[in-house]
Amino acid sequence: MANTAASVDDLTPAAAAPAHEARWRVVARNAFPFIVVGAIWETVARAQVFPPRLFPPLEAIGATLVRLTANGILPHHAFDTLLRLFAGFALAAVIGVAIGIAMGRSRLAEDIALPLVSIGAPIPGIAYAPLFLLWFGPGSVSTVLLVAFVSTFPVIFNTWTGVKAVKEIWVRSAQAMGADNRRLFRHVILPGALPYILTGLRLGLAQAWRILVGVEMLAAVSWGMGWMIFGAREFLNTDVMLAGVAVIGLIGLALEKFVFQRLEDYTVVRWGMITS
Amino acid sequence: MSIAALTSEGAERKERSDRFRSTWRAAATLIVVAAIYEAFARSGMFPPALLPTLPKIFNTLVASLLDGSMLVHAASTLYRVLFGLGLAIVVAIPLGILMARFKPIEHFVLPLASALMPIPSLAWVPVFILWFGLGNTVAIVIVFYAATFPMLLNTWSGVRAVNPLWLRAAGAMGAAETALFWKVIIPGASPFIITGVRQAFLRAWIAVVGAEMLAASDWGLGWVIYDAKEFLNTDLMMASLIVIGAIGFVFERLVFGSIEKATVARWGMVRAAKK
Repeated sequence: MANTAASVDDLTPAAAAPAHEARWRVVARNAFPFIVVGAIWETVARAQVFPPRLFPPLEAIGATLVRLTANGILPHHAFDTLLRLFAGFALAAVIGVAIGIAMGRSRLAEDIALPLVSIGAPIPGIAYAPLFLLWFGPGSVSTVLLVAFVSTFPVIFNTWTGVKAVKEIWVRSAQAMGADNRRLFRHVILPGALPYILTGLRLGLAQAWRILVGVEMLAAVSWGMGWMIFGAREFLNTDVMLAGVAVIGLIGLALEKFVFQRLEDYTVVRWGMITS
Repeated sequence: MSIAALTSEGAERKERSDRFRSTWRAAATLIVVAAIYEAFARSGMFPPALLPTLPKIFNTLVASLLDGSMLVHAASTLYRVLFGLGLAIVVAIPLGILMARFKPIEHFVLPLASALMPIPSLAWVPVFILWFGLGNTVAIVIVFYAATFPMLLNTWSGVRAVNPLWLRAAGAMGAAETALFWKVIIPGASPFIITGVRQAFLRAWIAVVGAEMLAASDWGLGWVIYDAKEFLNTDLMMASLIVIGAIGFVFERLVFGSIEKATVARWGMVRAAKK
């Protein structure tokens, strides 16, 4: 075993050299635009074209980022935002998938739910924010409920489409082979609809993320990224704001990379429903 | 032959009766839900200021439409959305095409776009308020930010998805660069581009409402809703929600639907939607 590993190691350097260089070049190529933009930003900030309070140089933003991370304020804000996101999203996932499956399997449920869903969906979720704040009071509850409400719609639509897209012939052959309703559901309908359901969850999470920060600004929650940025406006702390925006971008990127791509690899790709 | 005709007629009749039953059930659902809402609103369980009755919402809607205030709000919002969306189209579509045609541009723009894309547009509102002051500019810039990325990425993948066989065939038949561009690449990429514009509008529509709430500017549907909260004018809020939903619906179905019919469907790039 060790022998094989060694021999592989021996073989790789020569073969991997161009690949290694290619990777180095890819990194450089991806970094280049950021360096250019960073340099332009820095030049403009240094030249004091705009007041430095409003347009801080990069090292000020970096220093703020480090300072806020070290004293625990930024992690606390980020943690609360993520908690709201996942609480709302979990609610939406459970309710949305349940309604979507019911709509896909029963004509009655479809006829009842579809008009309501079609009326609710075209209104942008954030427009409901003041209404939710009046009904449920300012704070976390309204935020979580609104996030759940907004991300339910794509989940419902996609689950419904997915269940309807399961091939009739799979259902019939499973029935012919004696599958009862439960097994039919677990082994045919759910896997068959899963690519759509995952797309729905992905869209739902993306929508939730897109409005969560805005809702936090409106809802006057005491912790949360949105509130942190919005509150910093009062004191003209542009460096805090931009550090917050950068962290929000990182969270968004991490959601996409670590939550959904993983989920997709583990389920849909492994079952052979789509090719990766 | 006659049997086939008969069965298809039977299937059609069944289809029609199914559709009739669906419509009937949908109407019944809406009436029942409205009745339940009305019962709650009148029951006095909740303060009437928070849960206005349906006639009250309707009266407010009609009154605000008649005195023109709702129209001005809707017009300001539409102006911001369309201005921002127009800017985004002008910037993103050419840039997307350039990215797909020239590797260096792709290498430069793509990393920046993928870094900026996960940042929700509303996160920029406080920053832009400081930079541009309260008012129209913030909303327009936010709309531009929200609308640019879906358009850029869709255009880019659309141009890249143009079948290389078509390009070579057109080239072999002696098409010049401009003809190739207008007759092959643009129609070939159009389904993606139109999807991009659609997505961009949806995002822009969310962004403009949020931006109007946060960057108060006296006019605009988002501002009305937010301002109504201060005075507990829940009826006005719901009336504005109806207007927002209606405008969104009109754009999605009528405007983009007919654009799609006039271009992509006519060029045969996608099959016309099934009824």
